[in-house]
Amino acid sequence: MTGVRVLVGTRKGAFVLTADAKRADWRVAGPYFGGWEVYHVTGSPASPDRLYASQYSGWSGQLIQRSDDGGATWEPVGNAFGYAGEVGSHQWYDGSQRPWEFKRIWHLEPAGGDPDTVYAGAEDAAVFRSGDGGRTWQELPGLRQHESGPLWQPGAGGMCLHTIVLDPAGGGRILAAISAAGVFRNDDGGRTWRPRNKGLRSGSIPDQEAEVGHCVHRIARHPSRPDVLFMQKHWHVMRSDDAGDSWYQISGNLPSDFGFPIAVHAHEPDTVYVVPILSDTEHYPPGGQLQVWRSRAGGHEWEPLTAGLPQRDCYVNVLRDAMAVDGLDECGVYFGTTGGQVYASADAGEHFEPIVRDLPAVLSVEVQTLP
Amino acid sequence: MIRLVLPAHLRTLAGVDGEVELEVAPPVTQRAVLDALEARYPVLRGTIRGHGGGPRRAFIRFFACQQDLSHEPPDAPLPGAVADGSEPYLIVGAMAGG
Repeated sequence: MTGVRVLVGTRKGAFVLTADAKRADWRVAGPYFGGWEVYHVTGSPASPDRLYASQYSGWSGQLIQRSDDGGATWEPVGNAFGYAGEVGSHQWYDGSQRPWEFKRIWHLEPAGGDPDTVYAGAEDAAVFRSGDGGRTWQELPGLRQHESGPLWQPGAGGMCLHTIVLDPAGGGRILAAISAAGVFRNDDGGRTWRPRNKGLRSGSIPDQEAEVGHCVHRIARHPSRPDVLFMQKHWHVMRSDDAGDSWYQISGNLPSDFGFPIAVHAHEPDTVYVVPILSDTEHYPPGGQLQVWRSRAGGHEWEPLTAGLPQRDCYVNVLRDAMAVDGLDECGVYFGTTGGQVYASADAGEHFEPIVRDLPAVLSVEVQTLP
Repeated sequence: MIRLVLPAHLRTLAGVDGEVELEVAPPVTQRAVLDALEARYPVLRGTIRGHGGGPRRAFIRFFACQQDLSHEPPDAPLPGAVADGSEPYLIVGAMAGG
């Protein structure tokens, strides 16, 4: 049966939402890991029933859970995340140096060709890799040990590595984004990393040409055009046509270019979705109107998508990992809010419907298209 | 036989109900009890203290015999009533919000 499986991480557990290709009647399963923060749940492109979840609590720290049956049952796997070699230090809010300290995993990125290979983005910022289905983890230390590391500072949410973009062709290129250090690219399978922030402008740092220090919120791209990247930054929606070597602004007519998530249509590489948020201190939609904005021109020109979304008195946020698309012929668009709603559109954003309205605050949304 | 009580979220994680009973050879210390607990339930590694016997997590506390033993050295002997099983060793999730 063709259908979709929506994987939702929340402040108090994970949920799995399933529907057939019509995406009208939904089954809601969960909570899994009730009471724990689930930063991210995602599936393996190579084996869709292989899922990974990042489970965290302030009391008991980090766990990684794995499912081999599409989320019906779960098994805790490895949670030993140790920085490799000399730990080093980064800049703290008062300008002093503070040692790297592992706190949690924000994002999991399974490799395209192997269900047992998965990357993890950590706070304090680092990339870890597992080649055995999450049982053991090894850091790719070249990123954390980059010469600019002592200049990196945490954003308000911590110094998190929240975005990992792998080469869709299975090559060695990896992109990672860190708040608030910026984008780093690796072209040799994880050893050597270079900042890729040219063209980013961040008003809250003194040197606009600074190589690091930019608060990137999310990067998305279409697999058919791996060098074209779309970025939602702290402020500004950005685009790169050269795999991050340079960036230019595409905010255009957006009502606010502050926001967290960004997504690309499954079949139209120039169709991009964002959710404008009023400002960096007012984390809710402008005017209390929840709107997804879509560009069909690869940026610059945007249109609001409002059907089915609350257009008054709505003051929720949509976090960086909480928007995704499915791969059905009529591309579905999904996002979750800090108010606990998960919205779905079965027609590329023309109309939205809530799948559920009252979950805990949503941290992440991923979608699997099932055969 | 050592009697040990886990906080609810770790009982769920380990799949246990009620108290856990552990055989611990003397001297009975915090480290020896946690080593035995983690050997029985590997999923608890890293959830009470750091991996490899690292420090207690900030919001986990250790109580026994109406005393807060959280700041005792890991190799200090636990009270005799814990060592002889007449009192449980309590692992507690601190009151720490949400």
